[in-house]
Amino acid sequence: MPDRARNPQLNANGELTHLLSIDGLPPDVITHILNTASSFLEVSDREVKKVPLLRGKSVFNVFFENSTRTRTTFEIAAKRLSADVINLDVARSSTAKGETLLDTVDNLVAMHADMFVVRHAASGAPYLIAEHLRRVGRDDVHVVNAGDGRHAHPTQGLLDMYTIRHYKKDFTHLKVAVVGDILHSRVARSDIHALTTLGTGEVRVVGPKTLLPALVEKMGVSVHHDLREGIEGCDVIIMLRLQNERMNGALLPSASEYFRSYGLTPETLSAAKPDAIVMHPGPMNRGVEIDSEVADGPQAVILPQVTFGIAVRMAVMSILAGN
Amino acid sequence: MPPIDFADLPEAEAQCAELAALIRPQLAPDTALIGIHSGGVWVARRLRELLGLAEEIGMIDVSFYRDDFGEKGLHPQVKPTSIPFEIENRDLILVDDVLYTGRTTRAAINELFDYGRPSRIRLAVLADRGGRELPVCAQFCAWRIDLGDGQELVLESGAGGRLRWRLAEHA
Repeated sequence: MPDRARNPQLNANGELTHLLSIDGLPPDVITHILNTASSFLEVSDREVKKVPLLRGKSVFNVFFENSTRTRTTFEIAAKRLSADVINLDVARSSTAKGETLLDTVDNLVAMHADMFVVRHAASGAPYLIAEHLRRVGRDDVHVVNAGDGRHAHPTQGLLDMYTIRHYKKDFTHLKVAVVGDILHSRVARSDIHALTTLGTGEVRVVGPKTLLPALVEKMGVSVHHDLREGIEGCDVIIMLRLQNERMNGALLPSASEYFRSYGLTPETLSAAKPDAIVMHPGPMNRGVEIDSEVADGPQAVILPQVTFGIAVRMAVMSILAGN
Repeated sequence: MPPIDFADLPEAEAQCAELAALIRPQLAPDTALIGIHSGGVWVARRLRELLGLAEEIGMIDVSFYRDDFGEKGLHPQVKPTSIPFEIENRDLILVDDVLYTGRTTRAAINELFDYGRPSRIRLAVLADRGGRELPVCAQFCAWRIDLGDGQELVLESGAGGRLRWRLAEHA
């Protein structure tokens, strides 16, 4: 059981005050976020796509690592909550001038930031910021981890859970396969923690030995190196993006070879359940990890994931801001 | 919680019929009902049946519009707002179970305007317990009762969806 008193994401009342990682989140907190997200989904269909919850609050998108897509989805979510959004491309400004991470944070707090959405190449950077805010007595400022190194990408994990719950309702009978570069993927880690916390029937990881972390089975998953065997009988297939830089190193021979073994094609997909859904966190590499016919096919739910992602981020930000 | 005495409280179901009787002569051809979660939705469903309206009711949850978000945070059980018709130029009756400070009504009106511009909004409540903090009044009301600050009037949906009142005392 996670210790609520010592969990850096929870305040003294056991309420979520930062979202840093899904690892250590109690299942009821995850379910609460998903339930709240379903109410926010409808806001995006309105004439006025806005609710006044975070009116007058300032949300700072602090991206030490570039990611236009994730930053944009957070920006849309914050704006639909009526917050003021300030985007900082710190990778190209302060840090480049030699300012430390915590000095940057102190400066933004002095500008009356209410929430930081942080992306950083170093695992643990959002924890460092949350810990620092606590030390300087600014528990009223909230931190959302928008991806830190290889560690976690909790809002992606939550939107993936939202997507699975939307199509499959209950987790306990599901077989879910996470396919691809598990080793470098913070999405995979967040998904696996979320799936096991929610009591998913069976979680499998599928990929070449060079792209699976050592002792991955300790996370409560079964390990497969053959794609067809790995997705056999599955209800949900989560494809991961193969980062281009991995193909240049010694980990993989080439993109086309990767596609031959681990690219999801209609033929391999037929090994999964006929109503299996195919997910992908984007951006997709067509012809590397996924065939276009699958990506554009009836089982793909990749675009609904994007829509749900806005609602999930709205839920996270409004829950944090209220605690 | 003190012991609950249902015997002294009026019949909520009978009050729904009274409320419907008050509304009936004032209905316009395009009147639609919007219930505020949760009690207001139950009352709006009853009114729709009693008034024989063809249009489905709309349901709104004002959690995203509350003015106490800064103090209380997000309500733990937010329900989706669902308005299955266009409200632009529509004649609306907002339905709630209890009218108290008027803050919920204010939030609901705000939310409705994010869907469009209704031609008119009127308010129907089962009970008006006084204690207004905003200039809000109900055009239709079945029961007026004065309650103290520590008392709370709660509408419950019991066996078979039967509506009944409960009076709770807070220290």
